[in-house]
Amino acid sequence: MSDGAIHALSGAGDAGGYSHPLDPDKVDTSHGPILYLDDITVSFDGFKALNALSLTIERGELRCIIGPNGAGKTTMMDVITGKTRPDSGTAFFGQTFDLTRLPETEIARLGIGRKFQKPTVFESHTVFENLELAMKTDKRVRASLLAKLTAAQRDLVARTLKTIRLDGAEDRLAGSLSHGQKQWLEIGMLLMQEPELILLDEPVAGMTDAETARTAELILELAGQHSVVVVEHDMDFVDRIARTVTVLHEGSVLAEGSMAAVQAHERVIEVYLGR
Amino acid sequence: MTRLFTPKAWTAIFAVAAVLVVLLPTLHLALPESHPLHVSSFWITLLGKFMCYAVVALAMDLIWGYTGILSLGQGLFFALGGYAFGMYLMRQIGRDGVYKSDLPDFMVFLDWKELPWYWVGTDSFLWALVLVVAVPGLLALAFGFFAFRSRIKGVYFSIITQALTYAAMLAFFRNDMGFGGNNGFTDFKRILGMPITSPEMRTALFVLSGLYLLGALVVARWIVTSKMGRVLTAIRDQESRLMFLGYRTRSYKLVIWTIAAVMSGIAGALYVPQVGIINPGEMSPANSIEIAIWAAVGGRGTLVGPILGAFAVNGAKTWFTVAYPELWLYFLGLLFVLVTLFLPRGLAGLAATVRARLPGRPAAKDVQAPVAQEVVS
Repeated sequence: MSDGAIHALSGAGDAGGYSHPLDPDKVDTSHGPILYLDDITVSFDGFKALNALSLTIERGELRCIIGPNGAGKTTMMDVITGKTRPDSGTAFFGQTFDLTRLPETEIARLGIGRKFQKPTVFESHTVFENLELAMKTDKRVRASLLAKLTAAQRDLVARTLKTIRLDGAEDRLAGSLSHGQKQWLEIGMLLMQEPELILLDEPVAGMTDAETARTAELILELAGQHSVVVVEHDMDFVDRIARTVTVLHEGSVLAEGSMAAVQAHERVIEVYLGR
Repeated sequence: MTRLFTPKAWTAIFAVAAVLVVLLPTLHLALPESHPLHVSSFWITLLGKFMCYAVVALAMDLIWGYTGILSLGQGLFFALGGYAFGMYLMRQIGRDGVYKSDLPDFMVFLDWKELPWYWVGTDSFLWALVLVVAVPGLLALAFGFFAFRSRIKGVYFSIITQALTYAAMLAFFRNDMGFGGNNGFTDFKRILGMPITSPEMRTALFVLSGLYLLGALVVARWIVTSKMGRVLTAIRDQESRLMFLGYRTRSYKLVIWTIAAVMSGIAGALYVPQVGIINPGEMSPANSIEIAIWAAVGGRGTLVGPILGAFAVNGAKTWFTVAYPELWLYFLGLLFVLVTLFLPRGLAGLAATVRARLPGRPAAKDVQAPVAQEVVS
């Protein structure tokens, strides 16, 4: 697959309808979900981190995933992004991309963006440079060596800076930002990648109440334009943004539904309260 | 965005170029030896040698200071470039050797009747230039391809490069390798038919080395101020994060690694005719470690720092090995420890700190190396 194809064909992607253009680099969701996990099992030295996990995410959906420690939330993210290979099961991005085979870099390039639990920004780069590095563009060596930002790209960076409330801070070193700002910068980096599917791993961990509220707004803004999966411990936060909630327990799905339905679920109460 | 150089820095570069290309050669060639301003051949050769070292330090900065790959085998590429050009120098001796043969003396001594296949064409200056670039470049490309593909990093990569240069040294020590064994190549007579020891040739090599150093600095600066430079520092700081952004980091590492090897190889080719000898000792692990020390002392991630580091350490070495030869290695070790502990950003960092403390000056912003980066990261 050539990077050149992206430029020639981007924008011509999911037209849907009778004859959709066959772009080999574009995720095809015309006949189904954007993410499809079926019967995924991952074990580490005999311990089953994921046990026959099945999950589907529709295009444009905002899904929250909760579960106690060790439920397999992070391992699931690792499988989706190609960091961990499952022992068995299938994982598809759209209908054509087999996530259990593609390398990490390729998965990222196809449009799955991930925000890690611990904010990982490039600390000795400025905020602007962090966004520039994340931008969706030709990321091969020669292109980087000769890269010049176009006006449109500068605009995109400026708009993203506004969205993540870091306008005016573009020349600051990312390492000097507060914890909450780093989390936002990372979300901004995700947006610059123009992903189809966004995975957020504990986006409000360690944030102040005000920062948490702002992050909730931010995520609600993103849903609809992107498909978003949020893994979170903070129940108040999940309550604020949740549409559909999936509860993981011991590596498989325990319950799925609206927040209220899940909270009333007997097994969920048992697992969470230890009864 | 970062400029290639500030106007002030351009002025400095052209001033240095003027000194190297016009002033020093004039003082060396035009003034009689008795004149107080005459620059002796000792100084011309010494400075020429240091400038070749400085390019290797610069290459080291690209891969270590910027990309975080600590190569402890950089001396190998320097030596290979030197050997590649040395083959041409051996052929230029012609029949003026001790045995008056068409073959280099050491081959006659081994009772060889004809040139081995890999010596074919080495009497051509142009082919020698091709070899100077291709041999270190292809070796780096092949080695880097496998090392980076296997995700060998940090201290493991350093150890393997160290082993590589050591293995090469042992191989070159063997007489039947066809590179003169432990004596290597020496007794050079000519380049392009002109005598190698004449003041004019010495000056020409000196000027070439100076221009090469400045050219390498401009190229290196161009790389690190491009987006590629920002990708390289991101590899140093958070490689896995960068992979999730869709960068094939191993291609970047392979490219910068190969550029650094070629840069070092050309430096070696300029070095050999100036010092008049190349032998496997240049591939010894200690030599490569010294190169890393030049970069560390000068200040990683600053380009100019490692150049100054190469001059400072080698200047000290020249003085020490005459005054207290037995103490030199202790001094070198001590220097490395002190710099690592107290000057993690090297001489360049020290200069930036001093400048920032002067009243009325804004803090220097252009020092890119993180303050407390570990030596092997």
